[in-house]
Amino acid sequence: MATTFTLNGEKRSVDVDGETPLLWMLRDDLKLTGTKFGCGAALCGACTVHLDGESVRSCQIQVRDVEGRDVTTIEGVTGDVAAAVQAAWIKLDVAQCGFCQSGQVMSAVGLLSQIPKPTDADIDKAMDGNICRCATYQRIRAAIHEAAKTLPG
Amino acid sequence: MPIQSKRTLLPILIAAIAFGSAAMFFSGAPTAVAETTPKTDAATAPATPAPSASNDLFTPVAAVLRHPRCMNCHPRDDRPRQGDDRHPHLQNIVRGEDNLGFVNARCTACHRDENNSYSGVPGAPNWHLAPLSMGWQGLNDAELCTTLKDETKNGGKDIAALVKHMDEDKLVLWGWAPGGDRAPVTTPHPQFMTELNAWAAAGAPCPAPAN
Repeated sequence: MATTFTLNGEKRSVDVDGETPLLWMLRDDLKLTGTKFGCGAALCGACTVHLDGESVRSCQIQVRDVEGRDVTTIEGVTGDVAAAVQAAWIKLDVAQCGFCQSGQVMSAVGLLSQIPKPTDADIDKAMDGNICRCATYQRIRAAIHEAAKTLPG
Repeated sequence: MPIQSKRTLLPILIAAIAFGSAAMFFSGAPTAVAETTPKTDAATAPATPAPSASNDLFTPVAAVLRHPRCMNCHPRDDRPRQGDDRHPHLQNIVRGEDNLGFVNARCTACHRDENNSYSGVPGAPNWHLAPLSMGWQGLNDAELCTTLKDETKNGGKDIAALVKHMDEDKLVLWGWAPGGDRAPVTTPHPQFMTELNAWAAAGAPCPAPAN
């Protein structure tokens, strides 16, 4: 049975088993490989996407969960917050190997969308679930503050 | 991980069977033991311990409430707990203003309405942290009982509503069927309901504060 939902602003209908993790539907069926597989157990954050505007781990969300809902991936995240995050990430050269960065960016956008001027404590709480094996944490923190400078609120 | 667990458990299982067999060999067959055990008649047999007072009716209820499957989501701080050792939830997960987590770390970011057998992440409908007013960790029986009954703390539930909550709420019932390698609440749910109803029928008495 097909699942119909909005993906990056466009209506999509995908006929895969409803128990398939959203991550694999995105990567294998829709070829949106920007969302990464890291652990498959909600421990690393590499697969973070937005579901109805909130960050979720796409390895845990099943396809049947997204029926009628809005999914945003790294390929489709747009708007002032996303632009500010992208600019800050480039300015501070945040990424090292880059594997976790799509998840980091989605979480940073999720944080700044709800808390435009986050404190370090806010960043700790909101970003702790995103692991970076290159340990770029200080640059990620700096880039979130940098993006926040350009956002109203 | 399941394969590793089986590999780890297999030698233990073999050892347990071997030890059990050896113990039986050296102690004799179970029937022989039964035959040599002095019999007691009903008049002299110790009766099943009965509550010495109605206050004791809460004791078995408290034992269930203190099980990690219940207590892990009833902290008295802002950190949910995990595991039978009740360690703080990994990933710096915190309560949030609505008991549903902080930005990016909402309960529903990972926990669905059912267990995820693929990843092992637990789930049940309305997965959330109990409000701070219903924090139970570290409370003695008397404090736990009075907190549980306090309608200003428990969401306005009278005793009947509390009983119904613990009988029917799907998140509560998950504690008896947590899946994975998580230990279920030790007391079977029907037995717990018998004990809970007995406590409620007696007027929901609380132990003395010194308990």
